[in-house]
Amino acid sequence: MKDPILEVQNLKKYFQMNRNETLKAVDGISFTLNEGETLGIVGESGCGKSTLGRTILGLYEKTEGNIRYKGKNYPQTKRDRFKLTKEMQMIFQDPYASLNPRSTVYDLIAEPMDIHGLYPNKKQRLHRIEELISEVGLTKEHLNRYPHEFSGGQRQRIGIARALALEPSLIIADEPISALDVSIQAQVVYLLKQLQKEKGLTFLFIAHDLSMVKYMSDRVGVMYLGQLVELTTSDKLYQHPLHPYTEALLSAIPIPDPDIEEKRERIILEGDVPSPIDPPSGCVFRTRCPRAMAICSKIKPNFNEIEKNHFVACHLYQHQEEKYKEKEVGV
Amino acid sequence: MSSMLQNFSKNKTALICMIILLFIIVVVIFSEFLPLHSPNKMNKEYRLQGPSSEFFLGTDQFGRDLFSRIISGAKISLLVGISSVIISVGIGIILGLIAGYFGKWYDSLIMRTMDILFAFPEILLALAIVAALGPGTFNTILAIGIVNIPVFTRLVRGSVLGVKNLEYIESAKSLGAKDTRILFLEILPNITAPLLVQSTLAISGAILTESALSFLGLGVQPPNPSWGGMIAESRRYMELAPGMIIWPCLAMLITIFAINLFGDALNDIFNPLRGKN
Repeated sequence: MKDPILEVQNLKKYFQMNRNETLKAVDGISFTLNEGETLGIVGESGCGKSTLGRTILGLYEKTEGNIRYKGKNYPQTKRDRFKLTKEMQMIFQDPYASLNPRSTVYDLIAEPMDIHGLYPNKKQRLHRIEELISEVGLTKEHLNRYPHEFSGGQRQRIGIARALALEPSLIIADEPISALDVSIQAQVVYLLKQLQKEKGLTFLFIAHDLSMVKYMSDRVGVMYLGQLVELTTSDKLYQHPLHPYTEALLSAIPIPDPDIEEKRERIILEGDVPSPIDPPSGCVFRTRCPRAMAICSKIKPNFNEIEKNHFVACHLYQHQEEKYKEKEVGV
Repeated sequence: MSSMLQNFSKNKTALICMIILLFIIVVVIFSEFLPLHSPNKMNKEYRLQGPSSEFFLGTDQFGRDLFSRIISGAKISLLVGISSVIISVGIGIILGLIAGYFGKWYDSLIMRTMDILFAFPEILLALAIVAALGPGTFNTILAIGIVNIPVFTRLVRGSVLGVKNLEYIESAKSLGAKDTRILFLEILPNITAPLLVQSTLAISGAILTESALSFLGLGVQPPNPSWGGMIAESRRYMELAPGMIIWPCLAMLITIFAINLFGDALNDIFNPLRGKN
C-alpha cells in the first residue's frame, strides 16, 4: 500500500443562498487518495462532484472539515496555498470555456510558468513548452494559434499541457471528457493513463460516465446529494454494488447486446433528486430508494467499511453494534 | 487577429470612414507645413468675404482665413475628443474592473457614485466642472473626461460580470494567478470589443460637448479657433457671410459622421454573432 497523498475528512461546503437557505453542495465527505492511484467520483449532475474538486483545490473556501495533503494539514495562509497550486492542478470540464480565447497556445502554456516564475530563460521556456506540447500529442506548429482554431479534443490536450506545466503530483480532472465526442473521449482518457504511467500522477477523476470511470479508475466513489454513498475498488463496485443507488446507476448502463438488454430488468429510480437546499432527513437517498425502511428517515447511515476497502452508507449494511443502538432509539 | 483584419477590409463603411479620418488627422498634423494663412492673423481689408483664390473658404468678421481656422479647429476638436476619451476610458476601466470583479461594497460604492454622476445632464455637469476649474482647453478636456467616466465604468463592469465566472478565469485561479493578473491579462483582453466601439462613439460625443462649451464661451478661449467657438461667433454674421457658419458645421458633421459610422462598423466586425469568433 502506498502512502496517502490526500486525506479528506468530513469535508463540507455550503453556499449561503439567502438569509434562511443554505445549499449543502458537499456535506460531510471523507476519503483517502493514495499516491499513484486514480479515484473516480461519479454521480448525477448537481450532486456536488465539481464542488468537491474545487473545494479540495482551494477554488472554494471549505465550510468545515479537514484536507491533508501529503500528511500535512491544508495550508491556510495565502502563500502556502500558492505553493500548493504547484502540487495540485485541475483539468476543466469544458475545453471551449477553459482557455482564454485571446491567448495563443504558447501563452496559455507559458502562463503557469509565468505565475510561478519558472523557466525565466526564454530558450529554456520554449524548449519546455515544446516538450509539453508534444507530450500531449500536439506539435510545435500549433503554438502560435488561438484556441478557436482547435477541435474540442485538441483543446482539452492544451488544457492538460497547462495542468502539467507545473509538474503537479495530483491532478483533479473535473469531467475532462464529458464535453467531447465519444471517439475523442477514448483518446483523451488514453492520454491521461499514459501520462499517469510516465509521471506517476495521482488522479481524482470526476465524471458521470460509468464505463469511462471504470476503465480509468482504481477505486470509485459514488456521490449522491453532496455525500459519498459507496466507495470501493472499481472491480468490486461494478461486480457487487451494495448501495441501492449504485445498483440503480449501474443498471442504467446499456449493454451492447440486444438480447440481454431486452431481458434484463432495469432499476428505474422514481422522482427527482431532492434539492440540496432542503435535503431529506436521515438517509438522503431514502426518498427515491426502492428498499427504504422506516429507520432511513430517522437516522443518517454512517459511512462504514463493511469489508476491507468497501465503504457504504446504508442501513441495509450497518454493523451489529449500531443495529443495537438503533433498537434503543426505538425504530 | 488576421480574421479580424479580413473582416475589416471587407467592411466598406469601415474602410471609407477610416480613410476620411486618416485624411483629417494627416491634414491636422501637417497643417503647419501647408501653404495656409495663419489662423489668427487678421486682414482688415478682407472682412466677411466669400470664397476666393486667396481665401479658399472665405474670411470671418476680422478677415481671418476660414479654411485655416477650420483646420486649426480640427486640431483642437480632435485633441479634446481623443484625450478626454482616454481619460474616461482609463478611469472607467479601473473602476469598472474593481466594481465588477470584487463586487460587494466596492461595487456598491463605485456604482452608486456613478449613478449620481449619471443623474446630471451631461452638458450641465461639464459646465459646472469648467465653471469651477475655469475655462481653457485643458480644463475642457478634464471636464468632458469626467462626464464620460460613468458610461465606461458601467460598460466595463457589465462586461466583467459576463466574463468573470467563465472557466478560463477559474483555470487561471487554479494556477495560482493573482487578482491583478486575472484582471488585466485574462479579463481585460476579452472585453475590448465593446470598449473600442463605445470609445469611438464617445469621441464624437466629446467633440460635440466641446463645441457646446465653446459656443457658450467656456471651452477653448478666443482667439484660438474651435469649431463650436467659430459657430458661436458666426451667429451675428449669418446673413452677411453664410459660409462662416456653414463650413465649420460641415467639418464637424463630416468628422462626427465618419467617427460614428466607424464605431458602428467596428461593432459589426467585433460582434461575435456575425463572425465565427
